[in-house]
Amino acid sequence: MKRRDLIKNITLTSVGLATAQVLPAQSENIAAGKPKKQKSNYGRTPDEVKRDEKLASDTFFTPGEMAVITRLCDIILPAEGSSPSAVQVGVPAFIEFIAKDMPYQQVPLRGGIMWLENYSRKLFGKSFVAITPANQITIVDAIAYPELATPAVSAGVAFFNLMRDLTLTGFYTTEAGFEDLGYVGNRPNNWEGPPAEVLKKFNF
Amino acid sequence: MNFQIKETPEIFDVVIVGSGAGGGMAAYTLTKAGAKVCLLEAGSYYDPADPQYITQMKNPWESPRRGASSTRPFGDFDAAYGGWQIDGEPYSAVKGTEFHWFRSRMLGGRTNHWGRISLRFGPNDFKRGSLSGIGDDWPIGYDDLKPFYDKTDKLIGIFGSVENMYNEPDGIFLPPPPMRLHEHFIKKAGTNLKIPVIPSRLSILTKPINDERGSCFYCSQCSRGCNKYADFSSSSVLVIPAMKTGNLTLINHAMVREVLTDQATGLATGVSYVDTKTMAEVSVRAKRVVLGASACESARLLLNSKSARFPQGLANTSGVIGKYLNDSTGASRSGFVPSLMNRDRYNEDGVGGSHIYSPWWLDNNKLDFARGYHIEYGGGMGMPGYGFGMGMQGSNGKYPYPNGEKLPAGGYGSRLREDVNRFYGAHIGMAGRGEPIPLETNYCEIDPGKVDKYGIPTLRFHYKWSEHEIKQAKHMQDTFEELIIEMGGIPLGNKPGPETNYGLEAPGKIIHEVGTVRMGDNPNRSALNKYQQAHDVKNLFVVDAGPFVSQGDKNVTWTILASSMRTSEYIIDQVKANKI
Repeated sequence: MKRRDLIKNITLTSVGLATAQVLPAQSENIAAGKPKKQKSNYGRTPDEVKRDEKLASDTFFTPGEMAVITRLCDIILPAEGSSPSAVQVGVPAFIEFIAKDMPYQQVPLRGGIMWLENYSRKLFGKSFVAITPANQITIVDAIAYPELATPAVSAGVAFFNLMRDLTLTGFYTTEAGFEDLGYVGNRPNNWEGPPAEVLKKFNF
Repeated sequence: MNFQIKETPEIFDVVIVGSGAGGGMAAYTLTKAGAKVCLLEAGSYYDPADPQYITQMKNPWESPRRGASSTRPFGDFDAAYGGWQIDGEPYSAVKGTEFHWFRSRMLGGRTNHWGRISLRFGPNDFKRGSLSGIGDDWPIGYDDLKPFYDKTDKLIGIFGSVENMYNEPDGIFLPPPPMRLHEHFIKKAGTNLKIPVIPSRLSILTKPINDERGSCFYCSQCSRGCNKYADFSSSSVLVIPAMKTGNLTLINHAMVREVLTDQATGLATGVSYVDTKTMAEVSVRAKRVVLGASACESARLLLNSKSARFPQGLANTSGVIGKYLNDSTGASRSGFVPSLMNRDRYNEDGVGGSHIYSPWWLDNNKLDFARGYHIEYGGGMGMPGYGFGMGMQGSNGKYPYPNGEKLPAGGYGSRLREDVNRFYGAHIGMAGRGEPIPLETNYCEIDPGKVDKYGIPTLRFHYKWSEHEIKQAKHMQDTFEELIIEMGGIPLGNKPGPETNYGLEAPGKIIHEVGTVRMGDNPNRSALNKYQQAHDVKNLFVVDAGPFVSQGDKNVTWTILASSMRTSEYIIDQVKANKI
């Protein structure tokens, strides 16, 4: 659009149409129910588009590593009631993206998986994804509780903390996460303060 | 690459460098008065209402990193391009000193990243030197700027409340938004501790003020730019309306190299810039030159504008340019409020920022540091983004579930869903922003032998905090802890102590730097007179925060706007009187 046309349209866009233009894209995503591959419809600069496309086309984790990540995501946040699991909303793929996007996470993640695999082989003679679910839980129980874990598994504790962090962030930044949390913002409204009954509860 | 130097055919009435708060206001005021103005912006075009730029109302899952800050320092959805590091545009600091320089290369500059906090300086803020014996007074006082603060309030729009506090002058306010729940807690704690907690003063339209801008629809996302123009950014509120006058020629991707002068008269004749798309050198001729490139960028530009007549750089007979660089102090603390656990859900987004703040409330004569600070607050049931839910093992073992049961910290499975839900909206944060002592020994200068990718010599910084700022940060930390405990909360993490200067942020991190092109009545100690006009070059003006002698305990954007409007009106008067 030429600059002059742009200016002509400013009043229209700014006063009435802009919000309406934004909303259909949002509801499409909501209808899709999970993160959708889409081309930079959130105000990227040309350099940012290039970087994101490069990251999206790269692969960091091996299939074996992804299998471990997926199993851990499933243990950390399984489906509950009508709310899907972390795996169902694509958290493993999100973690892979973060590893590519934030290179400082690569060694803790890859190294953590290696530590877990080694620990699993020591205890049960097999890769983490090949042992029984009960044995997987035995391992997870040893590293999921920082204050109870033995110093010998502190590397596993740090890795599990990181996996818990990324799984929770990955899940709660999806539409299913918003629903589980009851987040009802990010939409036009008229703020008039907290509901009267809430204020009353706290004597305000 | 094109080494031929191009020249624009037109001689403009005014050329302005930089499209942020200062440059935008000058462009608006001058074009409305009928001047033919050329506005140069180093970065790209930007309009918060144009879908190609919009990040507002996007959901976190539209970003593959869920809004994390890998590419933009304040996250994927922040409107501002640029940051503390820009490829090909380096700067350095003298060993043992530190300064972080945030630049936003786009229309509107850094008005695309800020909290819309719009505070007037009070009468005392212009005369800290004579009041405290430390530092200098301004060559102007509150009464000089008051009419321009008033006009800025009406032109741009600001909400707030009339408080009748001497050094927190009231403006012409739209109604402030009601407090969020945690803000009620903070207000109550502040009242008990005799710390004032009053409605914020933000340039957000809680009521419409004209037909060209909408009013706030409470998405809490001002930092993303507003597609209804319901908050202030220089692009939507100043530059785009200036373009509609037909008097503005906006040139984007124009990285200015130097101010050109006539060696015979000593007057500015225009500027030369590098077209960052083609790398061509272009010069723009104008009868007056106005710099609004940001404090450090304007200083750099003047220091780089050396000639036989101006061997120390332009307008720098005093040698003061670059000196007295000062950024706000900043320190923060967060807390967890158990009585805010298991909250009822409702849309608590509100406006883009805190609905309350605490202006400085104490007398520095009774304290061991010379300047004050204000407090900004955070909290509430905000939209999840990258980082949400992290660190759960730090709190989920400490608090019993509704059935009275406690579980060991960390864990996995369905308890984590309950943990996320019960802790949601129970965290609060507070951050102090304070006035530093401007020092001659804190400065930027041209880095010998270093250039950026456009061949423009770069800056080297020399900046160290003094005891006053460190003690002020200590006072902030004590206050934060008192407030959090008074609200029934638990301060998180360890209280920052002397080993970290009490959590005092490094210089430049708060992005409120001012003072590098000082104004004053004495040409031997200042670069500009009280109208922000160069003592040495009468058709050269600076309208960013470079001219400011000090920065008060207030964020400076509103003062940049009012000062730029005042200087622009002075330019119009001087032109009418045939003086420049």
